[in-house]
Amino acid sequence: MTDLATSERTVAPRIGENAPRPDGVPKVVGAFAFSSDLHHDRMLWGGTLRSTHSSARIRSVDVSTAVAVTGVHAVLVSDDVPGQKVFGLEYRDQPVLAGDVVRYEGEPVAIVAADHPEAVRMALEAIVVDYEVLVPVVDPMTVEEAEPVHPDGNLVRRIHLRHGNQDVVGDVQVEGTYEVAMQDQAFLGPESGMAVPADDGSIDLYVATQWLHSDRDQVADCMGLDPEKVRLTLAGVGGAFGAREDLSLHVHLCMLARHTGRPVKMVYSREESFHGHVHRHPAQMWYRHHADRDGTLVRVEAHLILDGGAYASSSSAVIANATCFAAGPYRVPSAEIDGAVVRTNNPPCGAMRGFGAVQVCFAHEAQMDRLAGALGMDPVALRLQNALVPGDELLTGQTIKGTAPVAEVIRTCADHPPGASMAVDPLELPGGAGRTADPEHVVRGEAFALGFKNLLFSEGFDDFSEASCRLAGGVATITSACAEVGQGFVTLAQQIAREVLGVDEVVLLPASTAGIGSAGSTSASRQTWMSGGAIQEACGQVRAQLLEHLAAEHGVDADDLVIADGRVVSMAGGFEVDLAKATTEPIEASVVFRHVPTLPLDENGQGNAHVSFAFSAHRAIVDVDVELGLVKVVELTTSQDVGRVLNPLQTVGQLEGGAAQGVGLAVMEEVLVQEGRIRNPSFTDYLVPTALDMPPVEIAALIEQAEPGAPFGAKGIGEAPSISSTAAVAAAIRNATGLDLPRVPVRPTDIVFPGGTA
Amino acid sequence: MTIATSLEDACAALAAEPNSVIVAGGTDLMVEVNRGSRCVENVVALDRIPELADWHLTGDELRFGAGVTFAEICEPEIAALVPALAQAARTVGSPQIRNAATLGGNIATASPAGDSIPVLAALDAVLELRSTEAIREVPVTEFITGVKATCLMPGELIEAVRVPVLDGPQEFCKVGTRNAMVISVASLALLVDRSARRIRVALGSVSPIPLRASEAEDHASGHLDWDSGVQPGPEVVREFAELVAGSANPIDDHRGSAAYRRHAVRVLAERSLTRVLNRVSSP
Repeated sequence: MTDLATSERTVAPRIGENAPRPDGVPKVVGAFAFSSDLHHDRMLWGGTLRSTHSSARIRSVDVSTAVAVTGVHAVLVSDDVPGQKVFGLEYRDQPVLAGDVVRYEGEPVAIVAADHPEAVRMALEAIVVDYEVLVPVVDPMTVEEAEPVHPDGNLVRRIHLRHGNQDVVGDVQVEGTYEVAMQDQAFLGPESGMAVPADDGSIDLYVATQWLHSDRDQVADCMGLDPEKVRLTLAGVGGAFGAREDLSLHVHLCMLARHTGRPVKMVYSREESFHGHVHRHPAQMWYRHHADRDGTLVRVEAHLILDGGAYASSSSAVIANATCFAAGPYRVPSAEIDGAVVRTNNPPCGAMRGFGAVQVCFAHEAQMDRLAGALGMDPVALRLQNALVPGDELLTGQTIKGTAPVAEVIRTCADHPPGASMAVDPLELPGGAGRTADPEHVVRGEAFALGFKNLLFSEGFDDFSEASCRLAGGVATITSACAEVGQGFVTLAQQIAREVLGVDEVVLLPASTAGIGSAGSTSASRQTWMSGGAIQEACGQVRAQLLEHLAAEHGVDADDLVIADGRVVSMAGGFEVDLAKATTEPIEASVVFRHVPTLPLDENGQGNAHVSFAFSAHRAIVDVDVELGLVKVVELTTSQDVGRVLNPLQTVGQLEGGAAQGVGLAVMEEVLVQEGRIRNPSFTDYLVPTALDMPPVEIAALIEQAEPGAPFGAKGIGEAPSISSTAAVAAAIRNATGLDLPRVPVRPTDIVFPGGTA
Repeated sequence: MTIATSLEDACAALAAEPNSVIVAGGTDLMVEVNRGSRCVENVVALDRIPELADWHLTGDELRFGAGVTFAEICEPEIAALVPALAQAARTVGSPQIRNAATLGGNIATASPAGDSIPVLAALDAVLELRSTEAIREVPVTEFITGVKATCLMPGELIEAVRVPVLDGPQEFCKVGTRNAMVISVASLALLVDRSARRIRVALGSVSPIPLRASEAEDHASGHLDWDSGVQPGPEVVREFAELVAGSANPIDDHRGSAAYRRHAVRVLAERSLTRVLNRVSSP
């Protein structure tokens, strides 16, 4: 295996110190084993036949020719699903394999296992599906009157939030309609995994995912097995960003493995991956803001419609976020927000970094700029004036009990001196390598945006994470089922154990359902807090046991003992022992960590539904070639409320990466869907920012105010960077062009033909 | 699969299996194979034929082996001779793609969005096609007969591409919705040919086949005072740009609308003519 960069360090990093990722160098040099690299000597290859229609009845599926293809071991259809035929994160409404109907293009219809990928391909081609093609339901605005896409109906969830006095009217009102297109998570490692059947009827599934135990429970139900008969182990994850919250090939692999008695591996192609996971919900949003003449917000009204696509996935939680955070991190005494997520025959949508907060941030920040314009106020001053402070109420009526350094985030970001000068190199101008612009064709724009989002699971969900710690011979071994998807838990788990136990060597066991209970999902910016909290507590219990044991054995006061430099030392003097020799027996502790409970929203969308919040601001500077409609983001400055920085290196990485996804949504990232069909299911045509599109991210400030209840006071930091970045970039383009630009991504034609021509 | 190490071997293999698929850099072919949209039975690989990877200058004529890569075309030595071709090469894909993708492959793929095609069309490039039977020469504008269609015969391969070294500044511009590594939505090559007293213009991604904007060329060439170096006014540039836009024959697709493409080539025409005029008048 590869030498890791960390091995050179003399003292292993603790909390607050830079901890390089052990998988960093292997990933860069190509040595990291991703889930697509899994191999078994006896393995078969699996493949999926997908619907070519976005809405159709299946009259019949004929697999007779496919079964006869040389090398084919299994061809399975809906009837072959051994247990529950449907799965889903919140509602089990999505078929493992389509039976009577297909509800979106790319929906799995049949699966194949064969000796060779080529035999898989030939078998898939040989399957004959007789479709009765139906007219797809694709317009989310009219879907509630349309034919039901699904027996559960076309409305997945509506929240009618009413907060404060509903009769309030502001002296100044601004109104706008906004749209966010469908974004893809665009992870690099396509869905892949391997199922290995065991003789006792149980199955091991190695897969890249975000939540092993939720997957396990859904797979077990669909396989008709007890949960302990299905063991999931995390395989090398090539990015997630929400796209691995739902099952993809999990049940398919297990069905094929059980049917053939052989290990089965499956790897989606890039095109298949675009059909194989959920996307960010497209949103249509109408807003009206009311304010006093001095700029004080008095009321916000909004109608939000999210297109959930064919299946529910996590839509009901996404619309809750969009509704609860619809007005942004501002004091709003009165609000009426009607948020609905609906079902269509478009690609299913679900979790993606920012989870409902991204869409509304684009809209509420555009509204704040519009309001500033109407009031003749400075946009930053308007935001400062209305910024939430601890003790303020949210739209849900919930009082902010934790930290909320919103004003600090605004000030530090807005006051940071801009650094970008006008480019001379044509590569650095809008159009980049295409050399389309000269400096005289370029207009510069600048704007500011603020966003926020909840951390951890909300609305009364029993959110917990289990972890254990075992100390033996001076080495701490940590067990957690937390999925490392790139967020950096592997370094944090070790830093936390070192910090608490004073050890240098920490072993983090592979994440699996076999040895430990659920860690919950790697999503909702929650793992640092939840699994980090579990590890902190488990290590703390081990530490206490160790010191009590030493105190009893050596007749010293446990409170007098400290751990430093790998030794346990009595502060009073006279006692000292090497940590590695402190006990002969291992010391263990196992912990189930929970955050403070939350409550469901009531019929008015009111309630203490959330735990904690993270705030971020971005200032964007853009150069726009107005005549061609091309944009170059030249500078992004950010401040973020982080609670406490645990690993500075990774903090920077999260802020840069999140902002890159935000820039992508602002200027290029869009899953183009027409009549339910994805027109650009490839990285040739689904564009993500390159090095020439992504500016340096200037971190103006990391606001460190310890959050109560969080380990070391640290808030989750992964999602906030992707929330206000899109809004800031879009606003900067507005500033440069003077156009309304009510939709992201901003396309060249939106700038060139603002009236809507072509 | 034949891995040819000489032109003779390659042509013999193609003669034996005339329906063979030719692979050079593979950057277009493998995308189609991986997508399952192209089934490949016999393959003749050209990437180990030394003479295909060569280029040389004879008098005022450059001859590229069809296997010369875009990375090589970006090098200063070639860029000094055909700057627009080097600019176009720089816009092809990523560095990894440019290291593998070849000039001959770009032509043979015959995509309307092929980045080298407008430059080659403006240069009146001539292709040398070879089979066991014969060697024939075809202008690039005749070689490409439609979207991804060429007049390459079974058994034939592209051996070389010949282009003139012109006296005068050159421009290549390409519009895409990303600042690098993007498929062209519209592109334009504009070359000055001082000795023939001509402005040459060709367009990309706005027509199924390589497109020279001849009316626009006549207009600009006629309004330039080639002896004095005194430049025509902005109305000539604008008229030129309108003529360029008028010659385009674009379509709507998921990468851009026809209206935007027509608009974009107009803007590119105006800007690139202005750029070269600024350089023509400077000593």
